[in-house]
Amino acid sequence: MGKIVRISGPVVIAEDIEGVRMFDVVKVGDAGLVGEVIRLDGKRATVQVYEDTSGIRPGEKVENTHRPLSVDLGPGLLTSIYDGIQRPLDVIRQSSGDFIRRGFTASPLNEGKEWDFTPSVKKGERVSEGQVIGTVPETGIILHKVMVPFGLHGVVSSIKSGNFKVSDTICTLDLDDGGKAEIRLKQEWPVRVARKVLRKLPPDIPLITGQRVIDSFFPVAKGGTVAVPGPFGSGKTVVQHQLSKWADSDIVVYVGCGERGNEMTEILTTFPELQDPKSGKPLMERTVLIANTSNMPVAAREASIYTGITIAEYYRDMGYNVALMADSTSRWAEALREISGRLEEMPGEEGYPAYLGRRLSEFYERSGNSIVVSDDERNGSITIVGAVSPPGGDISEPVSQNTLRVTRVFWALDSSLASRRHFPSINWLNSYSLYHDELLPWFNKNVAEDWSSIYSEAMGLLQQEAELQEVVQLVGYDALPEKEKNVLDIARILREDFLQQSAFDEIDQYCSIRKQYGMLKCIVELGRAQSIALDNGISMSQLQNMSVRQKISRMKEVKENEFPSYFEETLNMIHDQSKKILEVE
Amino acid sequence: MPQIDYRTVRQISGPLLFVEKVRDAAYNELVEITMENGEKRTGQVLDTSNGLAVVQVFGPTSGMDITGTKVKFLGSTARVSVSDEMLGRIFNGLGEPIDHLQPIVSKEKIEIVGDAINPYSREEPSEFIETGISTIDGMNTLVRGQKLPIFSSAGLPHNRLAAQIARQAKVPGSQDGFAVVFGAMGITSEEANYFISEFTKTDAISRSVLFLNLSSDPSMERIILPKVALTTAEYLAYERGMHILVILTDMTNYCEALREISSAREEVPGRRGFPGYMYTDLSTIYERAGKIRGRNGSITQIPILTMPGDDITNPIPDLTGYITEGQIVLSRDLQRKGLYPPVDVLPSLSRLMNQGIGKGRTRDDHRGVADQIYSAYANGKDLRSLSAIVGEEALGANDRKYLKFADLFESKYVNQGFYEDRNIEATLNLGWDLLSTLPESDMKRVKSEQIAKYGKWKKE
Repeated sequence: MGKIVRISGPVVIAEDIEGVRMFDVVKVGDAGLVGEVIRLDGKRATVQVYEDTSGIRPGEKVENTHRPLSVDLGPGLLTSIYDGIQRPLDVIRQSSGDFIRRGFTASPLNEGKEWDFTPSVKKGERVSEGQVIGTVPETGIILHKVMVPFGLHGVVSSIKSGNFKVSDTICTLDLDDGGKAEIRLKQEWPVRVARKVLRKLPPDIPLITGQRVIDSFFPVAKGGTVAVPGPFGSGKTVVQHQLSKWADSDIVVYVGCGERGNEMTEILTTFPELQDPKSGKPLMERTVLIANTSNMPVAAREASIYTGITIAEYYRDMGYNVALMADSTSRWAEALREISGRLEEMPGEEGYPAYLGRRLSEFYERSGNSIVVSDDERNGSITIVGAVSPPGGDISEPVSQNTLRVTRVFWALDSSLASRRHFPSINWLNSYSLYHDELLPWFNKNVAEDWSSIYSEAMGLLQQEAELQEVVQLVGYDALPEKEKNVLDIARILREDFLQQSAFDEIDQYCSIRKQYGMLKCIVELGRAQSIALDNGISMSQLQNMSVRQKISRMKEVKENEFPSYFEETLNMIHDQSKKILEVE
Repeated sequence: MPQIDYRTVRQISGPLLFVEKVRDAAYNELVEITMENGEKRTGQVLDTSNGLAVVQVFGPTSGMDITGTKVKFLGSTARVSVSDEMLGRIFNGLGEPIDHLQPIVSKEKIEIVGDAINPYSREEPSEFIETGISTIDGMNTLVRGQKLPIFSSAGLPHNRLAAQIARQAKVPGSQDGFAVVFGAMGITSEEANYFISEFTKTDAISRSVLFLNLSSDPSMERIILPKVALTTAEYLAYERGMHILVILTDMTNYCEALREISSAREEVPGRRGFPGYMYTDLSTIYERAGKIRGRNGSITQIPILTMPGDDITNPIPDLTGYITEGQIVLSRDLQRKGLYPPVDVLPSLSRLMNQGIGKGRTRDDHRGVADQIYSAYANGKDLRSLSAIVGEEALGANDRKYLKFADLFESKYVNQGFYEDRNIEATLNLGWDLLSTLPESDMKRVKSEQIAKYGKWKKE
């Protein structure tokens, strides 16, 4: 049995752990704290401990579990809330009170609950790894698929049907290599290795989020990656919350990594009350929460991201579209830095370890729109949205830069927009989406044929506005030609009535893609109509009096089902009123 | 376990003691150090291995020598005695009374490194706290259980603002007042006296617990003071069901003490020499604010920090802002204009505002009015800098209204007296008064029915 020789915060050095291998999980001290071996040197092993090490002494024992850090996967994951190493926080509360005590272990899945299993294969049938052998209705929305664990190929020798607990054997196999295997409702996967897939597909379907600036201007594909850097107070967390509420993925895994406890509480209180726009069931039924708040042990924060992505991979393998929110990857990187510092490793940029870039890209590479390992070549996807919290809002720092190198969408949150309460404060000039061209055909086909022209006109206006603002700074607004005043006018309407969207207004918080198109179309049409009027000698001040402008600014408040007729009316009014002004002249 | 006096100090370096031949000191174990002349100090184990323990001393190491100093490991981590009787008393950073009254006798000795609140046990803070200050209530609402720091700078009236909040804070419609736990780290005796006299004037002192570490006191005590203060606050809140307002000032001094230890330990420095784990360390202070389901009390935190060089990107305000639920930023510009409290609302924020306002809490128009004022004031400030270049005449008629609005907002809304306690109704109505100087058609953040209900525009 191993013995502790040194303790420095979350890093413990132990000697003589039996059969120790890299990344084995060990139990540290008499309290049995969970730790992971991260360095071996002769008979000494360095362990990062996932719990507070106060009060632990040199000489206490260290026990090897001979297993890598793993998660339990099975029905019951959805609606759960876990800490960074998948301990169920609700169970911890019941047994250890309102504060998280150390050395506490609990099974991640409810071992007592029975699930209704319906087999989809028969005795004597050949099955292979990844194949679905049956289903369990996990929540009102999600049908949980029970899959053959990796590496198993063989013939079903028995299969049951009915109510079972997660650890009950539901199926036995006669393996091709002569052995036998039992399949349970739950499986165990190591978290630090990416699950292999057959191949990745090009992303060509957008993840519709109901957020106008995102869907219309900077869309992300299902299976894509997004970086959301922003200084504090710029609304990273609200964007992440909005996405986990309204994105049209099947499953949401929300990793609160080193962030505020009250934010997790907010999710816990609001999600059960919110309805999924598609099914009408509570949003919580498609959500898994990982909460390792900033004051919880730092090493578990490092693990929380991997716990989250492994759960995401599990549902991806079932053939679902999964969205993973990581808030915030900077805190994860800081955890790496802290551990690295305690190991006295040679620091790279700003004290971060030299392997920061590699670890980040490995993580984001676990996203994708994939054909999973299975007999029927199912398709599933993982979209990763990673918040980054750059110190002082300056994205030249290593975490932002390394993230931008591997992500394809960049939503630049801007504190000057936030301070004037322009939310979501995604800067339309600095942000980009590299999926844009791949997704345009989808928008043209599924939303409207003139999508690409409307989009580029609107984007063009916003860019022109930025240039004109500089001119205004020099000569004043009144000195501008009428045509350019029109650009400023329409761009302002775009900013205030389209890009701004309230996350807290009952109607405005979710905007369907059809409505987004309608709103954008009306604004662009107004610009076109005004431009024609100006060509015919009308002045901007005359145009400002058109009552349809009020109607446009109220589009946000219109309910989804009333919007189609409102849209028609508005469009007609634009044409009628601008025509009338021309006739009066 | 028999306690051994070790006389094996090998090295003393700044606040650190390196003790040899120690068999099994526990990590974070409390240590008693006896100097040759009999003086005693308290310390804590920072790093422990077979044969060597690194001890951080809370207090000066001057006068310590290598041969005569005795070190005793006390077998437990740092704890503080807590009881109701602490109310009205004054303590040092280690929780020892310094008001010459009898010591606190209590069976409850609580570990000061508090376990993290289980996120699942937290209750979402949602009770509006009326501070009577328009820029806070109207624009950056504080709620019970929130942590909302004041970002200030040298020479700004953050102490007055904190004292005013402590005096006026109440939850409308609720009988329970706030008790104050006040933690002072490295502030001057003048500042400390100011708070004490303010608390005494309003008799709040009998509902306060004060922890004082003045500039002249050992800087290492600053490391432990907030933990002692918050442990006391947690006891009063969760065991005794009280609503606690914790004021911590000045967090900048705390962070500097942290940096001192880190450099003494020769750790790899992060930004500006602060240790890489400062975020985690600060979070163990700030995250101790909150409410717990099924328990009566709550902890609301108002930490105060002064931004070195007025720089909000300095690691101290930066890391704080990433942990706390918003911030109240004081501005030198407004101070120069003679306005009190000089709260710059644009960079200020309360993340929990939405939970605490609206129908049934404050008023249905609260969110809309606040957003409208924000955008109008931001616009007015932009125009102010523009008019400095092109002249006010070059602005359109509409723009001049916004310019005027920004001035009015500062002089009427931001500005208020030290003893002026504006209720939320008055603050919201004042907002509508000011907005009415702008064209009604520009009111895009408020709902049409609210304009009809509360607007002050003359009907044509």
